[in-house]
Amino acid sequence: MTAQQAAEKLKEKFGQLISEPQLFRDETTVWLNDAGQIAAVCQYAKTELGFDYLQDITSVDNHPNTPRWEVVYQLYSLQHHCAIRIKTAINESISELPTVTGVWRTANWHEREIFDMMGIRFRDHPDLRRIIMWEGYPYHPLRKDFPLAGLPTEQPDVAFAEPAPMEGGPFVTNPGVKTAKEREPRAKGET
Amino acid sequence: MGEIHDINFREPAARLPATHDATADAAAEHIELNMGPSHPSTHGVLRLVLELDGETIVKATPHVGYLHRGDEKIAENMTYTQFIPYTDRLDYLAPLANNVAYALAVEKLLGMDRQLPPRCQYIRMICCELARISSHLLGLGCYAMDCGAMTVFLITFTEREKIYNLCEWLTGARFTTSYTRIGGLSRDLPHGWVDSCRKFLREVVVTIDEVDRLLTRNRIWLDRTRDIGVITKQDAIDYALSGPNLRGSGIEFDLRKAHPYLAYNEIEFDVPVGATGDCYDRYLVRMEEMRQSVRILHQCLDKLPGGPDNASGEPINVSDGKIVLPPKSKVLTQMEELIHHFMLVTQGVNAPPGEIYFSAENPKGELGFYINSRGGGTPHRLKIRAPSFVNLSILPHLLPGHLIGDVVAILGSLDFVMGECDR
Repeated sequence: MTAQQAAEKLKEKFGQLISEPQLFRDETTVWLNDAGQIAAVCQYAKTELGFDYLQDITSVDNHPNTPRWEVVYQLYSLQHHCAIRIKTAINESISELPTVTGVWRTANWHEREIFDMMGIRFRDHPDLRRIIMWEGYPYHPLRKDFPLAGLPTEQPDVAFAEPAPMEGGPFVTNPGVKTAKEREPRAKGET
Repeated sequence: MGEIHDINFREPAARLPATHDATADAAAEHIELNMGPSHPSTHGVLRLVLELDGETIVKATPHVGYLHRGDEKIAENMTYTQFIPYTDRLDYLAPLANNVAYALAVEKLLGMDRQLPPRCQYIRMICCELARISSHLLGLGCYAMDCGAMTVFLITFTEREKIYNLCEWLTGARFTTSYTRIGGLSRDLPHGWVDSCRKFLREVVVTIDEVDRLLTRNRIWLDRTRDIGVITKQDAIDYALSGPNLRGSGIEFDLRKAHPYLAYNEIEFDVPVGATGDCYDRYLVRMEEMRQSVRILHQCLDKLPGGPDNASGEPINVSDGKIVLPPKSKVLTQMEELIHHFMLVTQGVNAPPGEIYFSAENPKGELGFYINSRGGGTPHRLKIRAPSFVNLSILPHLLPGHLIGDVVAILGSLDFVMGECDR
């Protein structure tokens, strides 16, 4: 079975919920229109279509556009040696979708990471805690409205409670400006 | 060599970890033990909170993130080329392999991964396999040292030193190589490098055999690793393990074979797999992978287009001024090259909008890059699928039932590195 055939089967089963497959650089992507169905779609892809190996889950922030979040599931089949990408979008007001830990247990840490870095919750996740940042950290650093230098937190005893110093670095520079601080802001749009 | 005797193993059932009955121990006293973040066997900064019933682990909670540097956030704020040095610091035991995987991912986004000059592909394969040998030598050395076999560590580190000398000669740096560029390499092989590499290959097989003699039939080593940390095929797939950890469980899956990138389809090599998925199998798989890497390297050096000194002047970069920096002499004399240089340095390569996921078979497993581009020289989102992160997620499932002394053997056999786990 190829990824195209798998996409067609998904479309057969779920009808309007699944978009037409998009092909880019030989990779097949389908959109799921209702994020609430992601667990059912993944379960079907695993048991019926043989996508037994979940390579990755990741999230994209579309800020300031809506819907704000995209969650990207990278599925692989060890039997058919083909990959398919399932994407779904969620509004910021909801920021929640069902977990797929019941389908692949590897999803556990991926979903914790997305919750930690992007702030999207996963319903019925067995252990939805922060994984990379520390417990009690108030922000979600991979959001587009979180500055690269960081934001102050009210935890003076923890490292990195203050933004990083504006020391330049290999970031996007702004030539022709007088001071080093203005010439090398930490990131675009943060002067 | 003396006479070889068969080893009589005890019944496997007697060595299987005691199954834990949670209800019976509900009233029993459990000790909570904090292992790490600075424990020698955690190879960096992994913290394990172990709940113990006597010496038996009943619950294990890993805490990662101590080495988080925000690489994915940083990537969104710089051009594709500027991010190459950051890939050195992912799996810092195999920086060359990370460089290659990242460059290939960006080239896939640009739609030019099949246009790379053959010499570039072969040099990149040489880099990947050298990195694999280096990473496995360290992995096995530390694994054996954690289990008490100090000599192996000293032998493998002596050999790694030679790889670092080769790296330094090739790239100018021992660890932070930053060797690849989008669409090519930073420089060609130096004069005499190929002969030195061949000399190293002749020496490293001797070392691998020596480690083999020290460990493979060593009674203590067998007791420490056999039937310890057994990962079944189903668990390995369910937890999406990759690399030697997946193959140790008997699943023949290698991205170099399944989806050959570079010129791996022109090279002959075997993919070793384990039988039971215990720590001993993962050790055997890594040992054999090093031998296969040596085999691949010999073929690469033999087939290298242009020969050792590139007598026929084979290119190592794609000849597209919008992707690869033009030579400095032309930048200073030609208008078009000057413009290309200016645009590449200030704006970066102009990537089309779209998204790709590319994964390469790195020493630790499947290193994947998901790049979401909205056009232009910086990614909108760059996600790194780190093999160590995924491989470690099996610990809460794997550790319970084992003795605390087995933890170091299991951690050593999983061969993770926190630099890429925490990113």
